[in-house]
Amino acid sequence: MNQFKLPVGELIESGIDFLVEHLSFITKASAAVVETMLGGMEHGLLLIPIPIFIGLIGAGVWLLTRDRKLTLGSALGLALIWNMGLWTATVSTIALVVVATLCAIAIGVPLGILSAISKRMYQVVMPVLDVMQTMPAFVYLIPAIPFFGLGKTAAIFSTVIFSMPPAIRFTCLGIRQIPTELVECSTAFGATRMQRLLKLDLPLAAPTIMAGINQTVMLALSMVVIASMIGAKGLGGEVWKAIQRLQMGRGFEAGIAIVIVAMILDRVLQKLGTRKEK
Amino acid sequence: MAKIHVEGLYKIFGPNPKKAMHMLSQGKTKDEIMAAIRHGVGVDNASFEVNEGEIVVIMGLSGSGKSTLVRCLNRLIMPTAGKILIDGQDVMTMGDDELRQLRQRKMGMVFQNFALFPHRTVLENAALGLEIQGVGKEERLKLAEEALSMVGLDGWGESYPRQLSGGMQQRVGLARALALSPDILLMDEAFSALDPLIRRDMQDELINLQEKMHKTIVFISHDLDEALKLGDRIILMKDGAIVQIGTPEQILTSPATDYVARFVEDVDITKVLTAESVMKRSEAVAYLRTDGPRAALRKMRKHNIAHLFVVDHNHRLVGIVSADAAAALAARGEEQLAEAVCTDIKTVFPNTPAQDLFTIMADLPYPLAVVDENNKFKGVIVRGTLVAALAERGGAA
Repeated sequence: MNQFKLPVGELIESGIDFLVEHLSFITKASAAVVETMLGGMEHGLLLIPIPIFIGLIGAGVWLLTRDRKLTLGSALGLALIWNMGLWTATVSTIALVVVATLCAIAIGVPLGILSAISKRMYQVVMPVLDVMQTMPAFVYLIPAIPFFGLGKTAAIFSTVIFSMPPAIRFTCLGIRQIPTELVECSTAFGATRMQRLLKLDLPLAAPTIMAGINQTVMLALSMVVIASMIGAKGLGGEVWKAIQRLQMGRGFEAGIAIVIVAMILDRVLQKLGTRKEK
Repeated sequence: MAKIHVEGLYKIFGPNPKKAMHMLSQGKTKDEIMAAIRHGVGVDNASFEVNEGEIVVIMGLSGSGKSTLVRCLNRLIMPTAGKILIDGQDVMTMGDDELRQLRQRKMGMVFQNFALFPHRTVLENAALGLEIQGVGKEERLKLAEEALSMVGLDGWGESYPRQLSGGMQQRVGLARALALSPDILLMDEAFSALDPLIRRDMQDELINLQEKMHKTIVFISHDLDEALKLGDRIILMKDGAIVQIGTPEQILTSPATDYVARFVEDVDITKVLTAESVMKRSEAVAYLRTDGPRAALRKMRKHNIAHLFVVDHNHRLVGIVSADAAAALAARGEEQLAEAVCTDIKTVFPNTPAQDLFTIMADLPYPLAVVDENNKFKGVIVRGTLVAALAERGGAA
């Protein structure tokens, strides 16, 4: 069996090599842009005095959710992170997650809409999503390096790929689940496909889409940790350092910080999703 | 010209409708075609017309193709073959834009399960059609508000559909269609999801609205009582084909096939028959000006009756005179009848349902007069003839 090995790996490698050769000047340039923007964002966030920052986040959580426990918990959790000396790393991670998630949503939601509308698109997108979701996350790190070099852009790239599937799937699902009688009604009143999308599909699918975005954020957060292997610093970097030096305590501290950030994001997004339903 | 003209309409479900059409033309039935090539026959050679301002009820059991048929009218379902003209416009050949125009402006549709948008308020729901037309916000909300008040939902505009009862939700559905002021209303089992009491209210409401609006209404129903109550005419369907088209009375009294007869046999005939159909067109009347007491008595003797209706020279009803009163006048030698005429009498209109006649006649010592809206004398209902008429029609149905 082995003497006839099909050149699967070779094909993929030469394909990626070809792309790198011809496209890397674009990707490298965009890497520089993204890196600068991220750096600026981090610097800006770090300029805010930490207590004020925590207060702002607390106020934001309160305004979005009106949940006293959640607001208090968020503030206390962030204070703990500050106390553990992980503030800079946390801000860097949050910046990374926010940018990656925004990219994933900006690509994922429209793709989800398209695959809900067009059957052919659906048939193409769904198998690709299956591959994206089952492929071990580490594999994405490898091609990211030749395109973007070591660093945050490569991390964001692999994070976007890894976290996008739920945004696409849930958007598509949400739209396909619209009751047929409502779809029939909008047709009977002479709505165009665009009108139906804006007046019926998206508002009604909004809670489902929000659930997908929630998933995307969570996946992005977990990928950001893995991506520390290719030079994304932040909390993942702290974990990675702790692994290499066998510092158990330090590793768990960074882990707890990640959990706190994840919990705050998750709860706030969930509240937003359910509030939309009224 | 008819508002809606449908001719030779077919709808076959399945990948090869031509083959199924061929089998139909060979006289195969719906079930045979389903068994042989797994194609569904939705509508089988339907032809009918709907006139302006008329309520036509398309009736049949579930699976008889009535919903498919009505969806062909605005091409929610594309028919396989046939002709549909609406105001003389060919619907079958319309392009997307024309079709949207038709749906946006000419046809309002009301759905069995209301199909309200749950994320919109009642007012926004009622304004949906106008919004799709591109009417400005202020105007469409104003028109929607008017439509809501037409269906008796003033002040509910800010609520959400799920806060409303089923009957009220369907009123919103109706308001949404009416807000467009379409010529044609398509109502697909519009009241079937409501419980019986509410359903009756909604039927009455629709009849009231129709008196003001004079829309052309195509109403789908599987409920014969509903069809008889609402329909100016009824189209009865079975297995995708039309079995009979007629007024409620025609359907009941002369069913075209055994199927129709079985369908209608449980109907309470008194709900459908009207005063006009059970009255006697009596030529025995006394003319106030020319007939004296003796002439009146002679007419009564001739027709073997104890009361005689009195009309003026325009055949308008004046009153009734009894044999006793006329005889008394005659004995006194009076020439004029007027003195003996009792003018305080009960009358009914030709369209009064027969079931109401029983209560009216229960304690009436004389026959009941049927008059039109100008008080013109149309005929007489005697208790005996009422029962006889019912027995006869009931037996036939």
